[in-house]
Amino acid sequence: MLKLKGIAAAPGITIGPAYRFGKEEFDIVRQPIKPEDIPVQIQLFEEALIQTRREILELQKRIGFDMGQEEAQIFDAHLLVLEDRMLIEEVISRLKKEMVGVAFIFSEVLKKYIEVFSKIEDDYLKERTADLNDVGRRVLRNLLGKKQKSLADLQEKVIVVAHDLSPSDTAAMHKQLVSAFVTDIGGKTSHTAIMAKSLEIPAVVGLETATARIKNNDLLIVDGTMGTVTVNPDEETLTFYRQEEQKLKGISEQFLAVKDLPAVTRDGKAIEVAANIELPEDISSVKLHGGQGIGLYRTEFFYMNRKDLPTEEEHFQAYKYVAEQMNPHGVIIRTIDLGGDKFLSQFDIPKEMQPFLGWRAIRFCLARPDVFKVQLRAILRASAFGKLKLMYPMISGIEELKQANSILQECKDELRNEGVSFNDAIEVGVMIEVPSAAMTADLLATESDFFSIGTNDLIQYSLAVDRTNEKVAYLYEPAHPAVLRMIKNIIEAGHANNIWVGMCGEMASDAAFSVILLGLGLDEFSLTSLAIPQLKFIIRSVTIEESKKIAQEALSLSTAKAVESFMEQKTKEILG
Amino acid sequence: MTTVKKKLIVKNKQGLHARPAALFVQIANKFDSRITVRRDDEEVNGKSIMGILMLGAEQGSQIMIEVEGHDAESAMEELEKIINQEE
Repeated sequence: MLKLKGIAAAPGITIGPAYRFGKEEFDIVRQPIKPEDIPVQIQLFEEALIQTRREILELQKRIGFDMGQEEAQIFDAHLLVLEDRMLIEEVISRLKKEMVGVAFIFSEVLKKYIEVFSKIEDDYLKERTADLNDVGRRVLRNLLGKKQKSLADLQEKVIVVAHDLSPSDTAAMHKQLVSAFVTDIGGKTSHTAIMAKSLEIPAVVGLETATARIKNNDLLIVDGTMGTVTVNPDEETLTFYRQEEQKLKGISEQFLAVKDLPAVTRDGKAIEVAANIELPEDISSVKLHGGQGIGLYRTEFFYMNRKDLPTEEEHFQAYKYVAEQMNPHGVIIRTIDLGGDKFLSQFDIPKEMQPFLGWRAIRFCLARPDVFKVQLRAILRASAFGKLKLMYPMISGIEELKQANSILQECKDELRNEGVSFNDAIEVGVMIEVPSAAMTADLLATESDFFSIGTNDLIQYSLAVDRTNEKVAYLYEPAHPAVLRMIKNIIEAGHANNIWVGMCGEMASDAAFSVILLGLGLDEFSLTSLAIPQLKFIIRSVTIEESKKIAQEALSLSTAKAVESFMEQKTKEILG
Repeated sequence: MTTVKKKLIVKNKQGLHARPAALFVQIANKFDSRITVRRDDEEVNGKSIMGILMLGAEQGSQIMIEVEGHDAESAMEELEKIINQEE
């Protein structure tokens, strides 16, 4: 038995046989060439670059489909390397000067860059050497005319042991047959860690000597929570971990078992459990985890990383797709929350001293109805294709709400005149995230169809804490009595005016708060897809009466610490 | 042909790395002008991601951008924006 200690990169416990996945070793010979070979060599090089580009685009498409756009963007850096003029020019000029085959020259140039990058004291650049290696090996393989070796050919369920795993390795991988990753190098933010988390399998990275000490078919215990790998364990250790594995499996199975069941308390109150999304593609994960709708569709991404403004048609196509896909469930589109910390290259917005208190979200939209109306018209048009609702961010008082609604009315009138169909009765809500809105929720409720509490901003504004400032971050306390009282006030004001109240901040996905929020009367939770099964499990385990008692007791406590430890104890009781 | 030269301080927290570097190169490649970036004794092609990354320009470091070509001025204007961005 041998126990290796590495970096815990993705949680969970898995027991299984090792499968060593090695890099292909290429034999690169220093092949002298004649002057007349040069054009052919250059052509070979260009073809290899084109072929590699094709492979990467293909991979990118597949990954975008399987795991979302964010993972797929990793390959943008690879594509840039392929088009890099400095690299290409250096290869060609050395080829002409040294009169040696292009495969050898290319591998030399690549080595040089990797060496330089790995010496620079910068974590980002160090991780990028993995990208360079990855894309470089692809080009080399294509230069040598070899076929790809991949994890797609696995035959049985294994734990993959490698020096390092590249995005291309994991993308091609037969996902159902890989139960954990174990690697020599990498950190918590390496590709291996990111991929393992998105596949929900354990991973231990940075073990340094894993590939040197683990043979094919060795029995491994991977503990991705503690960051250990046990090789060929003795009976006692094996029994211990088998039990741990079962326990963990039991808990997550408990959650997953209820993911497609309705979110109803034991005494029969139905709660809406919806998901937060950013891109239309996120819908597949929502459906997979049992989401009953979209409670927050963030729309800022339309404006990111581009120089021009998105057109009404672009907005419309995305909203229509989401509306149709989620039908008959509802989808709440939040109008753009731009400004402040969110980069806006299209508008010349001067740097602000206090961006969080500055010209952003609805304030920006009301000042720029030309921009705002493009989005509103698109939402209205798409409302003919499903159950769309819309909500305004950062509303601080009734006047802003009235102004926004009158712009919405203008858009409706325009569309009516144009003979375009839309849902005239579209529900319009307010995101409650400014303390003044929380305190005047009773007034706002008379002009809105629903509330959605945005806890992240509400907490930071209420407690006057910038949580990115490490000196005061400890004051960012979601369990602060002021926060709980404010939430109670918002829900009561909503209900007194017969509108429903939801929550779309981080607090909604925190198991510890779930019961209190239920007890306070929250009607809808909108959270990250992954956390949906657990929330459904909690909702199905309690009665409204019980949760009311727990909420009442939590509200009677005087410090965040006391609330936290009380909640922790209650959550433990419920989750068993 | 116009040549524009400018000394700038990298304001971005990440330095001229990661996303800012990629953005810089993408924008540089939109223009026909020849773009050179210098830091201390190191001189690289501004259209090359490898080159820019090899400069290793952290936040606060001084770089010199030289743009040469018919669209030099508009190129400089856009590149300057990236260098001056703090986020």
